[in-house]
Amino acid sequence: MRHIISLLMENEAGALSRVAGLFSARGYNIESLAVAPTEDPTLSRMTIVTSGSDAVIEQINKQLNKLIDVTAVMDLSEGEHLERELMLVKVRADTAQREELKRITDSFQGRVIDVSDRTFTIELSDTCARLDDFLRAIGRNLILETVRTGASGIGRGERILKL
Amino acid sequence: MELTGAEIAVRCLQKEGVEYIFGYPGGAVLHIYDALFQQDVVKHILVRHEQAAIHAADGYARSSEKVGVALVTSGPGITNAVTGIATAYMDSIPLVVISGQVPSFAIGEDAFQEVDAVGITRPCVKHNYLIKDVRDIAPTIKKAFYLAKSGRPGPVLVDIPKDISNQKADFAYPDSVSIRSYNPVGKGDSTQIKRAVQLLLEAKRPMIYSGGGVVLSDASSQLTDLVRLLGFPCTTTLMGLGAYPATDKQFVGMPGMHGTYEACMAMQYCDVLLAVGARFDDRVVGNVEHFAQVQRKIIHIDIDPSSIAKRVKVDVPVVGDLKLVLEQLLEELRNSKQKTDASDMAAWWKQVDEWREKGGGLRYKNSTEIIKPQFVIEKLYEVTGGDAFITSDVGQHQMWAAQYYKFSKPRRWINSGGLGTMGFGLPAAMGAQLINPGETVACVTGEGSIQMNIQELSTCKQFHLPIKVLSLNNRYLGMVRQWQEFFHGNRYSESYMDALPDFVKLAQSYGHIGIRIDKPADVEPALKEAFARKNDLVFMDFQTDPTENVFPMVPGGKGLSEVILSEDL
Ligand SMILES: Cc1cc2nc3c(=O)[nH]c(=O)nc-3n(C[C@H](O)[C@H](O)[C@H](O)COP(=O)(O)OP(=O)(O)OC[C@H]3O[C@@H](n4cnc5c(N)ncnc54)[C@H](O)[C@@H]3O)c2cc1C
Ligand SMILES: Cc1ncc(C[n+]2csc(CCOP(=O)(O)OP(=O)(O)O)c2C)c(N)n1
Ligand SMILES: [Mg+2]
Repeated sequence: MRHIISLLMENEAGALSRVAGLFSARGYNIESLAVAPTEDPTLSRMTIVTSGSDAVIEQINKQLNKLIDVTAVMDLSEGEHLERELMLVKVRADTAQREELKRITDSFQGRVIDVSDRTFTIELSDTCARLDDFLRAIGRNLILETVRTGASGIGRGERILKL
Repeated sequence: MELTGAEIAVRCLQKEGVEYIFGYPGGAVLHIYDALFQQDVVKHILVRHEQAAIHAADGYARSSEKVGVALVTSGPGITNAVTGIATAYMDSIPLVVISGQVPSFAIGEDAFQEVDAVGITRPCVKHNYLIKDVRDIAPTIKKAFYLAKSGRPGPVLVDIPKDISNQKADFAYPDSVSIRSYNPVGKGDSTQIKRAVQLLLEAKRPMIYSGGGVVLSDASSQLTDLVRLLGFPCTTTLMGLGAYPATDKQFVGMPGMHGTYEACMAMQYCDVLLAVGARFDDRVVGNVEHFAQVQRKIIHIDIDPSSIAKRVKVDVPVVGDLKLVLEQLLEELRNSKQKTDASDMAAWWKQVDEWREKGGGLRYKNSTEIIKPQFVIEKLYEVTGGDAFITSDVGQHQMWAAQYYKFSKPRRWINSGGLGTMGFGLPAAMGAQLINPGETVACVTGEGSIQMNIQELSTCKQFHLPIKVLSLNNRYLGMVRQWQEFFHGNRYSESYMDALPDFVKLAQSYGHIGIRIDKPADVEPALKEAFARKNDLVFMDFQTDPTENVFPMVPGGKGLSEVILSEDL
């Protein structure tokens, strides 16, 4: 099953490679990993999307907690949470396709953020699944490039991950 | 007063009460060696290979309650040390390893003897640090000792660039340390303790499975009290040998691949299993699906939550420091009015004793013609009064030492269980001998393993370490040969140890005494003579039966009740 795990860790050189190394050494899946410093510059917040049996997910949580640099871990998928991923897509946009591309972009609440003679660059922020839907709606033929950040997640309401 | 980074590092070691460090010099650690030279509190033991420095520090830690310390240079120094670090990591041994690094301004430039020490060791340390500022040296070393020893112990690496070891800063060693992201647990949750006690008292076929955690937390007396109070059978893993006296009637031997029949059967068929500081290793429970076919409740006490429910499902997890948790359990049991059912206990012991009978204990067919390796260990046990520090290498000799030397005190049995590192035995014995001067230290090895760190005979000479080396020389990488005999149609691919040196002359050339023993009748006299020489290292080259195999054996991938007993008896 797909899980979205959030963690706080010391914002130190090498902390990221400890997490990445843990996943590869123990053969766990990483679908995506997003990381950046928080409002407290000594801490980084990471969101990892992974999948595995319940036993594997339990081990992932325990192994992450065991890393000395990690201060807190939360499996967001165990409760109510929000997730957003940012995507930039560059598409072939010849005159004939422009109207249709705009219409699809609007219906997904995306924005065209760059226009050239023959291309559009579209920005979209949504759940990973919605981003997949968008790409399907556009169709492989027109897509020139996609860049995705990986999901960022946060608990709903009073579900807070902090030190 | 301002000190150089190197002086600060050495002062930190003094403050930690470090008596011996094991190391090997080189360019990147020259400043640190210079600082060591100018003091005489911390004594340096010059090994002949960095791997041995780590194993020696490891043997020092295992045979005492201290943290072992090693010092190596950058590049090849630290890469040579990696096997030692991984060995300590797998067995949760507290070490602080200091490595030199190329100057900080040269890092990343493929500088001479540069290697990414922090990167290369990351998967096999508890934690590691690259120092970037001379003012960080003291607090980092403080943290390193704290991390190494607290919680689940393990090796910690501190990598110090050469320029930083020569910069100056004020020295102040922190009195205390706290790491906000690291808070090892102490006591266990009291509700879980109550649940555990309930299960234990209601059990009809209970079994206590203890491991290395008991030795690491120095909780052997608490374990012994618990086992006696409950009256249950008790087994200890290879790493736990000595945590419960092997001569006691409640001890059923070691479980697992080369464990006793009764320990394997009792692990398999118990209805409540209390695991204390043991991690359900694949060499212990064998095939986990097979193990899970029998219904039993499992109570698992461990300080590391990730050891719990890793390979088997656990009913009552208790996260905590064993010593404290065992005390909690003892108190709860003593206050409980309920008792175990005497008739259930009697029936269970009857069953366990039947298994004992069927397994026939550990046994082998002795000979008057050829030396049986098991016989050598039995005699070693007698001659040393069962009270020596025994280190071992890896292979058949290791298993025979574990089976036939009846360890009755913790920290006396020193071997590489998790990584299974050939070459561990002799350097580990050096560390054990240094921290236990005047005690008997013996290294049980094989002609294959000993050659992996034989150069340390020179270190032993320089530092007057009167270790007794017992090489069970079967002219084979015996453990490999045994698997080839059983599972590869007797095709002994590359397991014959050809062109062996004359070990007697070899020992002599290092300045030690060497004896070759080829008749069973000479075994005991040779051992007596060797152990009488209190001040000499004696290398005993026992010519043992090359065809002997280790039994019982649970073949890899099989279940515990599929254990094969000795074939020829
Ligand atoms: C050739 C060969 C054959 C082998 N055959 C066997 C065999 O037949 N039988 C066998 O048993 N082993 C065998 N082994 C060893 C095996 O590979 C494992 O190393 C061993 O079984 C692990 O022991 P353990 O479970 O006691 O755990 P250890 O590795 O000793 O781990 C200790 C556990 O205790 C925990 N702990 C540490 N400190 C504390 C504390 N303060 N409080 C609470 N918990 C703590 C740790 O978190 C860890 O989970 C063999 C090895 C070799 C090389
Ligand atoms: C460094 C290392 N390389 C290889 C092995 C695989 N191995 C395990 S036991 C063994 C044979 C050991 O031979 P010896 O020391 O003569 O002991 P014996 O089994 O004959 O008693 C080997 C090669 C290992 N454990 N460690
Ligand atoms: Mg051999």
